[in-house]
Amino acid sequence: MAGGAEAAWLSVEIEQRERELRGLREQLAAVLAEEHGGAAQQGAGAVDADFPAKLPPLPAQAALSPADILRYSRQLVLPELGVRGQLLLARSSVLVVGCGGLGCPLAQYLAAAGVGRLGLVDHDVVETSNLHRQVLHGEARRGFPKAASAAAALRQLNSTVQYVPYCGALTPRSALQLVQQYDVVADCSDNVPTRYLVNDACVLAGKPLVSGSALRLEGQLVVYNYHGGPCYRCLFPKPPPPETVTNCADGGVLGVVPGIMGCIQALEVLKIISGMGSSFNQFMLMFDAQEGRFRNIKLRPKKSDCAVCGDNPSVTCLQDYEAFCGSSATDKCRTLHLLSSKDRISVEEYKKLLDEQVPHVLLDVRPKVEVNICRLEHAVHIPLSKLEEKDEECMEYLEKIIFEEKQRTDGQTSFPVYVVCKLGNDSQKAVRILQELPVKEFGPVLAKDIKGGLMTWASRIDPTFPQY
Amino acid sequence: MAAPVSLQVEFGGGAELLFDGVKKHQVTLPSQPEPWDIRNLLKWIKQNLLKERPELFMQGESVRPGILVLINDADWELMGELDYKLQDQDNVLFISTLHGG
Repeated sequence: MAGGAEAAWLSVEIEQRERELRGLREQLAAVLAEEHGGAAQQGAGAVDADFPAKLPPLPAQAALSPADILRYSRQLVLPELGVRGQLLLARSSVLVVGCGGLGCPLAQYLAAAGVGRLGLVDHDVVETSNLHRQVLHGEARRGFPKAASAAAALRQLNSTVQYVPYCGALTPRSALQLVQQYDVVADCSDNVPTRYLVNDACVLAGKPLVSGSALRLEGQLVVYNYHGGPCYRCLFPKPPPPETVTNCADGGVLGVVPGIMGCIQALEVLKIISGMGSSFNQFMLMFDAQEGRFRNIKLRPKKSDCAVCGDNPSVTCLQDYEAFCGSSATDKCRTLHLLSSKDRISVEEYKKLLDEQVPHVLLDVRPKVEVNICRLEHAVHIPLSKLEEKDEECMEYLEKIIFEEKQRTDGQTSFPVYVVCKLGNDSQKAVRILQELPVKEFGPVLAKDIKGGLMTWASRIDPTFPQY
Repeated sequence: MAAPVSLQVEFGGGAELLFDGVKKHQVTLPSQPEPWDIRNLLKWIKQNLLKERPELFMQGESVRPGILVLINDADWELMGELDYKLQDQDNVLFISTLHGG
C-alpha cells in the first residue's frame, strides 16, 4: 500500500506543478501579446503597415568591451575571425526570411555569435506540428506569431543583439525596402513564390542571399548573388509546375535535417559578414541524410540572359510572384476541386449513413505509412498510387470486397463506394479513376469522396481521431 | 557504331519517387549508330525506367523546370546540356529542387 500512497502523493504534486505551469504560460502569453502589438504600432506610417519604418544604422563599435571579450572568447582566439571579425559581426545585420525549421537554428547561432541585428520575418503562428523541427519555439508559445516567439527565445540567449520581428508575410510591396536595410539575407522560407521574391529583392538591392531548403531526408544550400555569381533565377529561370512541389506536411521532414541545413546557412552568413567569404558561391551543397553524404556541385556562372541579374533584365521591380509561380506563398496544402458536388458527400452525411448502417464500402487511399498513423476500423486500404497504376492484385481485392458487401443488399443498382484520404484531394483523384473503370470491373458502383477527408472527420465528427 | 555505355543514373530531391523510390540505377545503354547524348538518355529513361506520369519528370525533350541535371557532379549547363556526349562510367544525377523549410 506504500506504493499506492506514494502514487497519490505524486499525482497531487504533478497537479500542483501543472497549475503553476499554466499560470506561467498565461503570463508569458500576455507579455508576448503586448510585444507583438507594440511592433505592429511602430509600423504605422511605414510603406507597408506590416513592417516598421526605416531602422537606424547600427552604431560603429571601435573596440570590444570586456563583457564581449569574455562572451566571445572561444571564437575570438580563432585567427580566421579574431577581434576584427567579431567587430564586423557586431556591425552587421541579417534578415531571416522564415522562422521555421531552417530559420530557428540559423537565428540561434547568429544570435549566439554576436551579430549586430537580426530581422525575423514570418507570417505564421506556432503550431504543435512545428515543434519537432522549429526548436526556438516551445509548447508555451503555441498560437503566437513565430517571429515574436523566435525573438523572445533569442533574447534569452543573447540580449546584446537587436531583434526586429516582422509578424507578416514578405510581400512584393515591402520586400525591397526591407532587404535594403540588411547586409545579408537568409532564405529560410518554405514555398516557391517567396523564393523568387527574396531572390529578386536581393538582386535589386545588391545583397548576398544564403538560401537553404529541406524536405524528407534531404537538404540543399546555395549562396546566390554574391561576388558576381549566379542568382536563383540563373539556375531556375522557370518555376516548377505547382503539382510537382511537395511541402513538409505532405512529404514529411525529419527535424534534424533542416536543423543541419540551417546551421550550415548560419556558418556561411558568418563567413560572409566577417570577411572570410563563402564556399558556396556558384556551388550547391546537397545533403542526403539517409546515406550520410554531402555533395558539392559546381554550378553555372551568372547568366547574361537572366531575367533579373542579366545584361538586359526584364524584371526591374518586384512583381506578382504567386501569379508567376501559379501557387500561393505559403506551404499550406492545396485544396483541389476536381469533382462536382453530386460526386461528394460531407463528413456529416457520411456519419449519418454510418449510423443508419447503409451497406457501402469505405475506401481509404492514403499511403500505408499514413494508414499506420490512424485509420477508421472499417475502411479498406488501397493507396492512390496502386489505383493509378491499376495494380491487378489491388483491383481484384477491391472487386472481392465490393462483391461481398453487395451480397448484403437486395439488388441495389449502383453500390456505393465512399473514398477518403487525409484532406480530400487524393480521394477526388481516386473517385475519378473508379468512375472511369469499365462497368464490368465490379458491377455498377457509385463512387463518391468524403469532402475534407479524415482531418475534417477529426475536427467535426470525432475529436478523439488523431490529427497529423 | 558507338559502343554500349555504362552509366550510374541517380535521382534525388524526391525525383526518385517517380522511379519506385530507387535512387541509384546502374544502366547500360546499348550500342547504336549515333553516340549517346543526354537527349537520347532522357528518351531511354522515359521508355525504360519511368513508368508513370512522365509529365512530373519531363517537358518536351528536356527535364521539367525545377529539376537540375548534374553530370559528374557538375551542372549540365557547363557541359552542353542535352548535347553532352556521354562517356562510359559517367554519373548523371537528376535532382528535384527542394522548397521546404
